[in-house]
Amino acid sequence: MLFASFRVITARNPVHAALYLVLAFFQASGIWMLLQAEFLSIALVLVYVGAVMVLFLFVVMMLDINVDSVRQGFWKHFPLAATVGAVIALELAGVLLGGFRVTEPHKQVVAQLVSPVAVTAVTSVDAASAAVAAAPLAAVGHVVVAQVSNTKALGVLLYTEYLYPVQVAALILLVALIAAIALTLRARKDSKFQNPADQVRVKARDRLTLVKMDAVKPTPAAPAAEETKA
Amino acid sequence: MNITLGHYLTLGAILFALSVIGIFLNRKNLIVLLMAIELMLLAVNMNFVAFSHYLGDLNGQIFVFFILTVAAAESAIGLAILVQLFRNKSTINVDELNTLKG
Repeated sequence: MLFASFRVITARNPVHAALYLVLAFFQASGIWMLLQAEFLSIALVLVYVGAVMVLFLFVVMMLDINVDSVRQGFWKHFPLAATVGAVIALELAGVLLGGFRVTEPHKQVVAQLVSPVAVTAVTSVDAASAAVAAAPLAAVGHVVVAQVSNTKALGVLLYTEYLYPVQVAALILLVALIAAIALTLRARKDSKFQNPADQVRVKARDRLTLVKMDAVKPTPAAPAAEETKA
Repeated sequence: MNITLGHYLTLGAILFALSVIGIFLNRKNLIVLLMAIELMLLAVNMNFVAFSHYLGDLNGQIFVFFILTVAAAESAIGLAILVQLFRNKSTINVDELNTLKG
């Protein structure tokens, strides 16, 4: 995965970079699957590999880019890039070395899950201890659901506690949709379209004109007769 | 050897540093810049998912969900702007986009 992401930033051809990014996303999805985030890993593959990266490839191939001109100054920026990258890596390493040695995934949560049931089963008569035991169960309420299924737990949490942010996210997606279309749409000159304002403003006489004329056609005049003679 | 939370965080950190290097390295290519930003968001998401797993809190995964949403919207709009830019100036070289300098 590190190799893939390294190739993303160093690949000579943008198409290769995009394909390596797809590879990196696939590997990230696999890692998330190992971390028991099944829904998110599937969503990553669907959303990123399926939609965003196809969009990237489409744009890369549609824009005919001169590779050589883009590559100019690649090595000129390299010392600065290496310096900044090293600084950031060192800072992050400094933070990471301080701790984060959690080996067992939510061990205490499981303990909390198991113990209240056992306690209430054994000393169900003792109301006080049952209340004490039930408190942590309520405190980790959504974690209880997490033991069932990742997708189901996510859905429950998403549509109860995070209902309002979900709607905001939907609004963001709508805005992105409209913005992307509005930015790239070019009206064709010869396309047929309706103008609603004109349709509303139209009057009856624009559509139908009454012409006054005689009921009987006048008899053809002299020139016609001359023509037949000639 | 057990895989600890620190390993995942290290992976995320290296990814993030790589994408920062990529942003500095590919200063001229707007598409690769966008890709590096996507990589950066992936690193952040990796941290979120790792914490969510090891601390047993699903809220982190919800957050990743929203980050994915915003990232998708951002890349869509960014690419649309890119296409429009290429139509108008027929280049995506960042150095040549100095129209606003006057």
